[in-house]
Amino acid sequence: MTETVATAPGLPWQFAAAERRGHLRAAVLILPLLLFVVVTFAAPVIYLLSRAIYDPSVAQTLPTTLQALQNWDGKDLPDEATYAALVADFKKVAETNSAALVGKRLNYEISGVRSKVIAAANKATEMTAPPYKDQLIALDKMWGDRLIWAKIKQAGRSYTDFYLLRSLDLERNVDNNIVPVAKSQAVYINVLLRTFYISALVTLITLALAYPVAFMLAHAPERLANLLLIFILVPFWTSLLVRTTAWFVLLQDNGPVNNLIQFLHLSDGPFKLIFSRFGTVTAMVHIQLPFTLLPIYGVMKGISPSYMRAARSLGGGPLYSFFRVYLPLTLPGIGAGCLLTFILCLGYYITPALVGGASDQMVSGVIASAMNQENNWGKASALSLILLFATFVLFFIYNRIVGIDKVKLG
Amino acid sequence: MLKPAPYAMPIEKALFYGGWIFTALVLLFLIAPILAIVPLSFNAEPYFTYPMPGLSLRWYEDFFGNERWTGALFLSIKLAITVTIVSTALGTMAALGLSRAHLPARSVILGILLLPMIVPVIVVAVAVFMSFGYFGLIGTFTGLALAHTALATPFVVIAVTSTLTNFDWSLQRAAQGLGAAPVTVFRRVILPLILPGVISGALFAFVTSFDEVVVALFLSSAEQRTLPKQMFSGIREMISPTITAAATVQVILSICLLIGVELLRRRSERLRGIT
Repeated sequence: MTETVATAPGLPWQFAAAERRGHLRAAVLILPLLLFVVVTFAAPVIYLLSRAIYDPSVAQTLPTTLQALQNWDGKDLPDEATYAALVADFKKVAETNSAALVGKRLNYEISGVRSKVIAAANKATEMTAPPYKDQLIALDKMWGDRLIWAKIKQAGRSYTDFYLLRSLDLERNVDNNIVPVAKSQAVYINVLLRTFYISALVTLITLALAYPVAFMLAHAPERLANLLLIFILVPFWTSLLVRTTAWFVLLQDNGPVNNLIQFLHLSDGPFKLIFSRFGTVTAMVHIQLPFTLLPIYGVMKGISPSYMRAARSLGGGPLYSFFRVYLPLTLPGIGAGCLLTFILCLGYYITPALVGGASDQMVSGVIASAMNQENNWGKASALSLILLFATFVLFFIYNRIVGIDKVKLG
Repeated sequence: MLKPAPYAMPIEKALFYGGWIFTALVLLFLIAPILAIVPLSFNAEPYFTYPMPGLSLRWYEDFFGNERWTGALFLSIKLAITVTIVSTALGTMAALGLSRAHLPARSVILGILLLPMIVPVIVVAVAVFMSFGYFGLIGTFTGLALAHTALATPFVVIAVTSTLTNFDWSLQRAAQGLGAAPVTVFRRVILPLILPGVISGALFAFVTSFDEVVVALFLSSAEQRTLPKQMFSGIREMISPTITAAATVQVILSICLLIGVELLRRRSERLRGIT
């Protein structure tokens, strides 16, 4: 035996080779899914995020104008050559919709300029001789204001911080300094705060409801607990849309909940339950409750009853023993359940859209309307970036305390 | 412990009975909305109001007879089956690879594979809408199937990985030592043991696609209606009472799936000798 080992000098090498072959086999098994997820999922998300800081529409359409603006000091109006360059650029893109795209982009910064830019682009094709400066200013006095030129210069950078600043209610002013936007346009910080507030509120309510229920179930006889768990698992398995539909029906002005209120003579007129903050929070609590409850229940099931007995027999009162012994033991479950619910709440779209108020949308709803109604990809991307960043930070914490592959599936 | 502990103080007894009343109310809150919608789907009148003036099956007739709904149901089933097959195959293979001990960069790979579960669905929807357009995939079955498969694979990976923890790999070596080819080892030894995990992963994948609405709203064309998308517009645009029938059918379906997964979980634990 010793001889065979001694005469096989390559044994460590053979071990290493076998280990490498094993790794290779594992890699071959993993690679198809990895490629699939990267191509169909990660790449689109990265592309989306890149749109938050990359918008070449102005740079591509007005290259000579931007070149002429490079030496502009920003204090007075640009010189005649710059105006001539703008007219030349507009002439080059006549018959295409590029000028409209520039107008749309500049309109995000100064509202109402879109039509003026398109008008100037159309008029430019008829302009044959200088002075272009006077002709453009005569067309619209906007061209005699250095603001539009400062904005063209800022928007001319393909890599722009405009969308991200806007998502935080900031903008660059005419002198290229970052300042808060006008009060009337400052809406996005509010949307983000509202999203966090609703998520926190829903998380706290689910915790307040889930903790006592988990406690009672964890200490009930096994068969009764399993029976009662069905009440939690059936909603858990019912689709989010179906449950939102249920609330949509229940909360109608003439719906069952208002029927019940009037039947009990609690109020005469119907309560405004749907299309309000109340509707959003109620439906979200209903949907998220199992997510908060199940991890807490799991932790409570693992706590040996002898701890509480020991605390009691050592003279601790019921409340004292609970708060000093039992509650700290359940903290991992509370952390896991609440964090998961909070993270999932941040991304809610369907429920606020169907039972929430139109002016009370969360960040997902604002992203959706930026895409569907405004066709503003930059804004949608910047808000997505912020939402994704918040989600990732929280999941990083979740992963640290729970482990992401331990997410309970039911 | 349906009675308070014998040494319980009065305050504990009060908390105990109060706790059960509270539990009953919370469980009622959880189940009532889902149950309340079922009788309404038999309402003879197109209102969501109790008491109901009469019973009828007209909303079920609409659901199973109207081409808008049957087409949506058919498309959703077709889509979910496609997604289930592809994601179960890819996810099971990846889980087997990930189960190898001392795999380098395992946590990084797992993190990437589970990304679709973490990223908020609106971000996914906008991202695929922006990029699938370059490949002509918007409004196509392929586009929807690709996006849904990406969303479904993490659940398969998790379900199969959990059956592979504590997996006795000496069974594989024994089969190999007895001369079985790798494919035979997988088919005759490994697959039967991890089958409960594979099937429950497949059920999760099916449900993920079948219930998914946000990506479908962004990616599908006007004529391409999945069942959730049809329900969404049924609520948003016309408030058709058929949504109550559609919801009831889906609740029944989810209860069936829940029973299926629960039975599989028990079988899996028995197979692996946990209980």
